[in-house]
Formats: sequence, structure tokens, C-alpha cells
Amino acid sequence: MSEKKKNTLLEETASAVCEKTPAKGGRMEMRLAGSGGQGVILASVILAEAAVIAGKYTAQSQSYGPEARGGACRAETLISDTSIGFTKVQDPTFLMTLTEASYQKYAKDLPEGCMLLADESVSSAASRSGAVILPILRTAKEKVGKAQCANIVAVGCINEMLHIVDRESLAKAVAMHVPSGTEKINLTALSEGEKLMQGVTA
Amino acid sequence: MGKVVLMQGNEACVEGAIAAGMRLYAGYPITPSTEIAEISALRLPQVGGTFIQMEDEIASIACAIGGSVAGTKSMTATSGPGFSLKQENLGYAALAEIPLVVVDVQRTGPSTGMPTSPSQGDMMMARWGTHGDHPVIALSPSSVEETYRLIIRAFNLSEKYRTPVLFMMDEIIGHLREGVTLPEEGSIEIEDRLTVRFPDPKRKAYEIKSGRFIPKMAPFGKGQRYNITGLMHDESGFPTNSPEVAEKLMSRLMHKISDHYDDIVQYEAVGMEDADVMIFCYGGTMRAAISAQEELRAQGKRCGIFRPITIWPFPERELRDFAPRLKKIVVAEHNYGQMVLEVERIAGKYCPVEFVGKYNGTVLTPQDIAKAVLGQEEGKEA
Repeated sequence: MSEKKKNTLLEETASAVCEKTPAKGGRMEMRLAGSGGQGVILASVILAEAAVIAGKYTAQSQSYGPEARGGACRAETLISDTSIGFTKVQDPTFLMTLTEASYQKYAKDLPEGCMLLADESVSSAASRSGAVILPILRTAKEKVGKAQCANIVAVGCINEMLHIVDRESLAKAVAMHVPSGTEKINLTALSEGEKLMQGVTA
Repeated sequence: MGKVVLMQGNEACVEGAIAAGMRLYAGYPITPSTEIAEISALRLPQVGGTFIQMEDEIASIACAIGGSVAGTKSMTATSGPGFSLKQENLGYAALAEIPLVVVDVQRTGPSTGMPTSPSQGDMMMARWGTHGDHPVIALSPSSVEETYRLIIRAFNLSEKYRTPVLFMMDEIIGHLREGVTLPEEGSIEIEDRLTVRFPDPKRKAYEIKSGRFIPKMAPFGKGQRYNITGLMHDESGFPTNSPEVAEKLMSRLMHKISDHYDDIVQYEAVGMEDADVMIFCYGGTMRAAISAQEELRAQGKRCGIFRPITIWPFPERELRDFAPRLKKIVVAEHNYGQMVLEVERIAGKYCPVEFVGKYNGTVLTPQDIAKAVLGQEEGKEA
């Protein structure tokens, strides 16, 4: 996909989400998917934590069982300006997948206007119109220097894409949840994620 | 307003319990309650408390009972299979009048069922799980914040009435993370059991002063010697087969709860002022009900919600007040039909009572509940 085409699609999907959210009380329904161990659950918790710091309502839940230890797992974060009733994602406004398996499992039947962010390794996502495809895993490994930071790179990408919270709240949330002593490298990962998305939207 | 923090339901259960004064947690981990054990193991040593993992669920409740007898506020947590195992000692704590909080984060049963799936299938076991007539207090929270506040109340009620209190959570709330507004420091009301300060060799362990229901409780090992038993006992605490004594004791045990109905029973009514249809739900099911009720109100339906916060004793007086002006009640719960039996008993003679449930491990959606309110069958459009 050419950069230009990618940008147009991103703008289209972004505007679709913007049109959609006010009607739902600024409600964002995010599903993050990947392979157990990649840290998608932590990424989802960090987004929820950032929402709380920024004074928003949030509801976060995740898949339990064997898939959380490998296989396709998912986590959900709802963020809203008003209080949240039903706590499960029914009509996702955003999906991120880090693996082909999780794409196959969770990208089926996505509602129209649902934004999709996928790692470059998710080959099937390329054919989906409006998909934003970025080298999330590779950035963690090569630019940040630590493959385990891929989830924080993803968090940076997501916030830059959806503008959920201010950067300060997000950085605070990251620092709260990563193992102590790894704050610096994880904040680097966050910046790299933001830059990655800025490259698309610039 | 206090600080807002992100917490998981199970975490809020531990933090609230510690705020209430819990200093002993004895447990055997089981999904979906495991985080309660994990977080207790981390947090209790930080506040001078004790965490102990016992060899099974029976030993866990026995340990918590022992801790409480010694004067320490104690808790154990489990899920359905473990809750079954705890029933025998629950009866013991009820008869021996030992304050205790037992948390059940319900998952789909019966037996080991579906460990990670939500359920509200233990509601009748909470009432009748242990054999014999016995008093019960059971509470059920519907948000993470309410979990924090309500577990404090669970401890307070158990201390005040010298009885085990059952804290009936479900996987929906146990595993949910939400923002919790913590109470301001010093604003939390704590109730402690009436205790015996000075040992007296002649003191009767279960002595009842006239007009009172609840005997003072001496901490075991602090000088006051007395007997505790699961047999019917007289005021000295020693076993008896006397019908008169047994009747007096049973009557007092039941009355100490039923005579304090107003103090114990709490409920929430949403949009019930002008409602002609009531959604009856509790615990995590409330979340789908709120979304359903908002949608139905937007469509002009006069729909309200009645949610017992105290499940046992059942809030029958309040339900009976609402029932005569309703066209129908829809009971929504994650089981094959349990609390609906109570609703039918109380309200059935005033209006139709319908049931919508889930027992396959998935959750009731707002659409499921709205359909039931509108009287549409599953899969049929209006």
C-alpha cells in the first residue's frame, strides 16, 4: 500500500470514528489482541489507567484461560466521558492485532467504521481497507532494543492514532505499570510508538 | 472526594477488607477469585496482618474462624466448588456466632463447570447451602467501587451481629477494572464486635442481657476461658439437648437478623418513580440492565430497575411496595432461575414475573434484557 493511500484511508476511518463517538457519549470501545505473553493485557490496563488519570470513565477486562499463556488472547478497554453501564465491548470502535492468529480470531465481523491497527506481520490485514499497518514488533526489537517493549510501542501508536488521553497521563500510566527499573526503556518505547504513528499521519 | 484509582474488582475486595480491619486471610486459590488470595498475600504483611494458604477450602474457612475467635477480623475467598466445601463450617460459624466474611466470586457451575465464565448460580446456596435453619447475611456488589465500599459493610455487619457474612461477587465484577473513588481517610465507619476486656472465671460465654440479641465475644487466648461448639449450647457455651434452650437459641439467632432488617437490607432503585415495568437484577448483571434501561427510557418505555444490594435477608418489604403498581417484572440473572423464585413469592400475586437468564458461560447483554422487557422472544424482531 502506498503511503498516500494509507494516509487517506486513515483519515477516512478516523473521521468515521469521530462521527460515531459523540453519539455514544464519547465512548471508545477498544479491543487489543495478540498472542499470550506479548503484553496486550498490560497495554489494555495501561490505557485504562491513563483514562482514570485523565479523569475519564473506563472499564477494562480480558480473556482468561489457556489463551492468556499463548494462542490468541484479547483484552478490552472501554473509555467514556460518561459512566459506563454494560462493561463488555459489543461494537468495537478500534481493534489492534499483533499476530495473524489473533487477527483471524477477532477481526471477523468488525463493524463498519471500526479502526484497525495491525502489526506488519499480520499479512491478512493488508487486504482490509482502512487498516493501519505498522512495524510494531520490529520497532521494539530494533529501535527500542527490547522485543518485550512491543506492547508499550503499541500503546504509543494507539494513543497517537485515537487521541484518547494527554501524553502526560499516558506516560504516568506506563511508568506505574512496568517493572521498576524499566521505566526509561519503556518510555522510549512509548515515544517510538508515537513516532511510528506520526510517520503515518504526518 | 478521595483519590480515584484503577482497580480490579478482586483487588477492591482486598483493599476494602483491609480498610475494614481485616488482618487475617486464609484461603485456597481458585479462579476467578485467585487475585483476592494473591493481593492479600502481598498486602497483609504490609499492614501487620497475616496471609496463609491452607491445604484446601475447608481448612481455609476453619483457619479464618480460628483467627476471628482469637479477635482478628478474618476473611476467606473462593468460587463455586470451594463455596460448596465451606458450607459445613459456615453453619458452625453461624451457630457459634463467629464474625467472618466469606467471598464467593461465582463462576459457571455445577461442579468445576466453566472456571473463567461468569455466573450467579450460588445465590440459593448462599441461603440454604449449610444444613439446618440458620441466619444469613449476603451482599452483592455491582461495580468495582461498590465492591470496595460494600466489603467494609460486610465486615461491619459480621462484627455487629456476630455472624458470617457472605459476599457474593461474580466473575463480571471480580475481573473488571474500573476507576474507584477511595473514601477520604478517616471517613470510613468501622464497627467492632462487643468484646470482653477483663477475664472473669464465672462469666458465661453466651450470656444474654435482657433486650439484647448479641452476646459479647471474648478473644480466645486472652485470659477468658470458655467453650465453643457446633452443638446446641446454653449461655455457658456447653452442649445441651434441652428443647427449651435449643428453641430459645434458635429463635434468638434468627431474630438477631430479622429484627434488624432495616439496618441490614439495602437496595438501589433506578427510575422506579413512574415505572410500570421493573427489571430485577443484582451484582454484575446490573451493568447490562443499566444500558438496557437507558435505551428503553429513550424509546419512551417507563422502565425502572430494582437491585438488591443485600441479597439475604431478601428485600421483600420494598419489593412488595413496588409490585402492585407494575405491569410486569423481568428478573435477569446469570443462572437457570434462582432469585426469580423469591420475586415470584413476593410479587407474583400482584403482577406477572418473567425470567431472562444465561447459564452457558456468556453474559446477558443489554439487548437480551431489553427484548425480555419488550416481550420479544429470542431472535424475533418487533
